[in-house]
Amino acid sequence: MKLRHKKILTAYLFLLVPLTFFAFIRFYPMISAFYISFTDWNIISPVKHFVGLSNYVNIFKDSVFRISLLNTLKYVLYGVPSVIILSLILALLLNNITKLQGFYRLIYVMPYITPLVATSWVWRWMYQKPPTGIINNFLNFFGLPVRNFLMSTTEALPSIVTTTVWIEVGYCVIIFLAGLQSIPKEYLEAAKVDGANRRQLLFKITLPLLNPVIVFLSVMETIMFLRIFTQVYNMSDQGSGGPLNSTKPLVLYIYQKAFKSFDMGMATAATVVLFLIILGITVVQLKVLNRKIQY
Amino acid sequence: MTKSEKVIKVVSYVVLTALIVVMIFPFVWMVLSSLKPFREIYRPYLFPKNPTLDNYKQIMGSSLFPNWFLNSLLVALSTTFSVLFFDSLVGYTIAKYRFPGRNIIFIFILSTLMIPTEMLIIPWYIMSSKLGWIDTYWGIMFPGMITAFGIFLMRQFMETIPDDLLDAARIDGVSEFGIFYKIALPLVKPALASLAILNFIGNWNAFLWPLIVSSKPKMYTLPVGLAYFSSENLMHWELIMTGATISTIPLIIVFLIFQKQIIRGIMLSGLKG
Repeated sequence: MKLRHKKILTAYLFLLVPLTFFAFIRFYPMISAFYISFTDWNIISPVKHFVGLSNYVNIFKDSVFRISLLNTLKYVLYGVPSVIILSLILALLLNNITKLQGFYRLIYVMPYITPLVATSWVWRWMYQKPPTGIINNFLNFFGLPVRNFLMSTTEALPSIVTTTVWIEVGYCVIIFLAGLQSIPKEYLEAAKVDGANRRQLLFKITLPLLNPVIVFLSVMETIMFLRIFTQVYNMSDQGSGGPLNSTKPLVLYIYQKAFKSFDMGMATAATVVLFLIILGITVVQLKVLNRKIQY
Repeated sequence: MTKSEKVIKVVSYVVLTALIVVMIFPFVWMVLSSLKPFREIYRPYLFPKNPTLDNYKQIMGSSLFPNWFLNSLLVALSTTFSVLFFDSLVGYTIAKYRFPGRNIIFIFILSTLMIPTEMLIIPWYIMSSKLGWIDTYWGIMFPGMITAFGIFLMRQFMETIPDDLLDAARIDGVSEFGIFYKIALPLVKPALASLAILNFIGNWNAFLWPLIVSSKPKMYTLPVGLAYFSSENLMHWELIMTGATISTIPLIIVFLIFQKQIIRGIMLSGLKG
């Protein structure tokens, strides 16, 4: 009995600092963000007035917020399918080869672990006009027209998506490859004995068994693209999300509202919107995964 | 191997090798450009005609770069040590002790995974300015000192340690903390290594929060410094590429030494689903 009590006490002692941390650094700030989003606080004034939902009404009235929300949606729509399809194809190819698999895997993962600020600036330079920009020089060399890339309101967002896809593919390839290698060889052998061809093996066995991984990665990447910030900040002039707001995502809108205009009420309201979107996606993920997992 | 299998294999190698060029080229371009003198930088050839280390000398000598480098190193290392210690301690406690509220505490910790950082940065900023944490190392580090994901991971590994082993140590008179530190921790070393390396990379690369919490250029971390430096020097691409290379080199070294742990760490991060 004495030992049992001692162990309970020890457990609480071990958890003291971490639980305090979670309460004050994660939980309290979250509640505090909800609270600020219902006030008119601008950091300078000492008092906060409760203003109900007016911050939420105001952000949706703000055309820049609406553009940012739409841009964020575009990042997700262009980015997620590209990352998933490309990395799935790459993982399937990698699964075919036996020699040098580790080497290829490492090369593909390199962009993912490199500082995002560094890769953003390297790509920003590669996207420049000729004679500076190497990509345009390539296009020139093959007789193709020069593109504006980051300087154009229509091309800048897809250009940033391209860089991000290049970065994220590494992560997804590793996870896909792990998923592929956990599929029991017997399943594929048995199907082969039954006379299944390669296409049938892929579509009837490999992909259905890989479905939980596909769902998981789609959700992870969706959340990643919803939270896009660093590459946009570093690839647009003065971190503005330009040209003309054409690349500005939600997080950059939040950053500017909070730390350039000091409108904490509207900024936190926008963070709550982001939180609700991510929460919705996570809930859908859990439902889909639970349903599909019964193979 | 059948003929069609052979064809598929060859095609796989060809495609994968061709794509390596796409994956690697920006790095090659970055490093080679950092070796070019200014008058060569606008010329569209790959290799510098007169390779020079002047850009490196200039950056490391005159600007705040060495400072930013040390800030990043300090922040990334301290945060990683804190994460290793606390995440494994909590993971161990939840896995190996029976006490009232155990499940609720675990769910409470895991539920914080759902909160996006973006929602917390404004309250963190307000908190930091009230407590005088702006422009301090602690201010940059505090949000990442303990992570819910790491706790989740360590709990999984701690559960595989047999209770008998811990009880034997208890009979030998080892203290409760000693059991954790001397017996449990060494048994989960591979998991600790992966967690360490992922955290180091994550903190080395962190941008949004360090950007907000530091106002004095002296306190910038390398990514924040690089962003600041680059936007000031838009025309000097050779210097920007040098800065980018400097912020990448430590990671390439870490990458070459800890390849296995990095891949393992990424695979473990897929565990959450």
